Amino acid sequence: MANLIIKIKKFFAMIGKSIKTFFWNVRRILNNFKKRVGNFLDRHHINPAGKAPGWAKALIYLSPALVVLAVFTFWPIINSFALVVYENYNMTNNTITGYTIFGNFIRVLTDESFIVPASHTGSSAVINTLIIVFISVPISIFLALAISVALNSIKPLKGFFQTIYFLPYVTNTIAIGLVFAYMFKTDGGLVNQFLKIFGVNVTGLSWVESNAVYWRSMFVLIFYSIWSALAFKIMVFLTSIQGIDKQYYQAAAIDATPKGRIFSKITVPLISPMIFYITVTSVIGAFKIYNAIVALFGVAGAPPGVRYNLQSIVMYIYQFIDGSNAGNLSVAAAASLILFAIILVLTIVQMQVSKKRVHY
Amino acid sequence: MELRLENLTKIFTNKNGQETLAVDALDITIESGTLVALLGPSGCGKSTTLFMIAGLVKPTAGKIFFGEDDVTKLAPEKRGIGLVFQNYALYPHMTVFKNILFPLENMDVPRDEAFERVKDMANLVGIGELLDRKPSQLSGGQQQRVAIARALVKKPRVLLLDEPLSNLDARLRLQMREEIKRIQRETGITTVFVTHDQEEAMSISDKMVVLDFGKEQQYDAPQDMYNQPGNLFVAKFLGNPPINSFEANVKNKQLIINGKEFMKVNLPDGEYFVGMRPENFRAKSDGFIVDIKEIFHIGRDTMIHFDFNNTNIRALVDSDSIEEGQNKVGLTIKPDRVYIFDKETGKVLNNG
Repeated sequence: MANLIIKIKKFFAMIGKSIKTFFWNVRRILNNFKKRVGNFLDRHHINPAGKAPGWAKALIYLSPALVVLAVFTFWPIINSFALVVYENYNMTNNTITGYTIFGNFIRVLTDESFIVPASHTGSSAVINTLIIVFISVPISIFLALAISVALNSIKPLKGFFQTIYFLPYVTNTIAIGLVFAYMFKTDGGLVNQFLKIFGVNVTGLSWVESNAVYWRSMFVLIFYSIWSALAFKIMVFLTSIQGIDKQYYQAAAIDATPKGRIFSKITVPLISPMIFYITVTSVIGAFKIYNAIVALFGVAGAPPGVRYNLQSIVMYIYQFIDGSNAGNLSVAAAASLILFAIILVLTIVQMQVSKKRVHY
Repeated sequence: MELRLENLTKIFTNKNGQETLAVDALDITIESGTLVALLGPSGCGKSTTLFMIAGLVKPTAGKIFFGEDDVTKLAPEKRGIGLVFQNYALYPHMTVFKNILFPLENMDVPRDEAFERVKDMANLVGIGELLDRKPSQLSGGQQQRVAIARALVKKPRVLLLDEPLSNLDARLRLQMREEIKRIQRETGITTVFVTHDQEEAMSISDKMVVLDFGKEQQYDAPQDMYNQPGNLFVAKFLGNPPINSFEANVKNKQLIINGKEFMKVNLPDGEYFVGMRPENFRAKSDGFIVDIKEIFHIGRDTMIHFDFNNTNIRALVDSDSIEEGQNKVGLTIKPDRVYIFDKETGKVLNNG
């Protein structure tokens, strides 16, 4: 038996060795080839890189990424600027009735359920999105900061808690959405069971089902987006907190600095570039909220049988691509550009505010 | 404030349960208002001792007294110490003013008085006009001054400095040495500082403690320690160029070097370690004749190399007393500048 194990080990060692030898030889051949090419070029006084300017060389190295970006990012951006001027664009037969500069923007801005609450639902995409952004982003940032400071200060079970908080990051959104929907079930859902302990009357207390009122479904949605956004933030904050020199804390300890002041005067300013980065990216991310709503409420964007709607701006845009108004890409493009403008303005505001508060 | 260490011991235990004795039963009393250096090679436990005084490291055994108060169990913030870190640990996002103000913000001090104290302290350390700058806009020496000001502004009972000059260049180091000495004189604060540089320790401290493997080797005023080293380690550690040490026999109360009688000593026969400092030799025609191996002219002095009992010996003598190409010279040395150490324990036997 022992003999067999030794034989198996030897066999795998042999395989490993031959693989390494193979790569070694490949490199030898390539080196040889490079040398020959170099010799050939030298003999004929050819120096392809010599005359090319620096940017040309850079362009060659960047070209693979640039090609991908051009096809999937730059072209769609340019295209959306082009689409926006078409009047009554029809995707199926690719026809337009004319050109317009503001027509599509005006249509979006005056459309029911974009900014103006729709008469049949009483809710609008922009208001929904703003509520989600301005509630979930600050809460999740503060929570993430608190949790990462707490995680940094505990020793036992640190790895365990880090894993727990990181799990949402690696878990499928739709799967989490289903779990949430189950947790918030009216009959026998985990949340209602929990509330029952505190004597809350939970009969018919609906969160994501037909009787749910607007703020209850919105609460679930915000709860969900905070929780799923925490993982990445905690990871970033924890890493940057761990990068702070311990001596700052020792110096503060000797000066009898209370914990709260250490947090606000030392920890937060020292990781402020990371906080700023997280704020900007999560505001952008929250504005683009889409799959969380779909995961919880389906493509309708609302619990079944309710009057209101939890549609976000991105969902509004998508409905012109494959939803009820399918085919009118011009309106979708106009709405995307409005979303872009909102995000741009907010980011510029954040950058201005951060100039004083962020210490690099 | 008198600072007293009683039987202070620190044992570090690593993950495998291996124990390292970092500080071994230190018994030191630092008089009020003196500047004391903890001196020793790397890993001798000097920084650990300092951090134990600061309260950042808990001692395994022993006690620390500030005056009559036993502070051994006290948290660092309750001890009333000012600590200057090796790399200063200035808060990078705060101005110099805010940095110095920071300790006062945690105390019960009126705002006007706090501002006044910050300004006074900044002027004392000579950075009065840099208060609006950020630490990154300061030179190393200026950062050092800010760190000292921050440590002193809350009027601590004891000032602790961890390798305060090691991050500065040679010229600044000389200047900051004098500055630290001056600031300490002006404030009259009991100061302990850690260094591995014997020259630095000797030039600024009132007294110094030499440590090796966590054990106190000698505690004395610098010049006394230099002239009367307690043991071979201290003798070897102090002085640049280092002391010459070699083995020699004593026969019939005579120290035998190179087979000849060198000087009279009052010791029993046997083998000893002998130490002689290079600068204590004098060239005199009626002295002990040695064969010169090499001559180096180094400015003011001349360094000659020769052998004592097959050990290379260096001597610094007056340039005028040696000529180029000379191969023999007579040397004398005062008897009280010859140190004879026990071969087993390294303790000095004829001096101190």
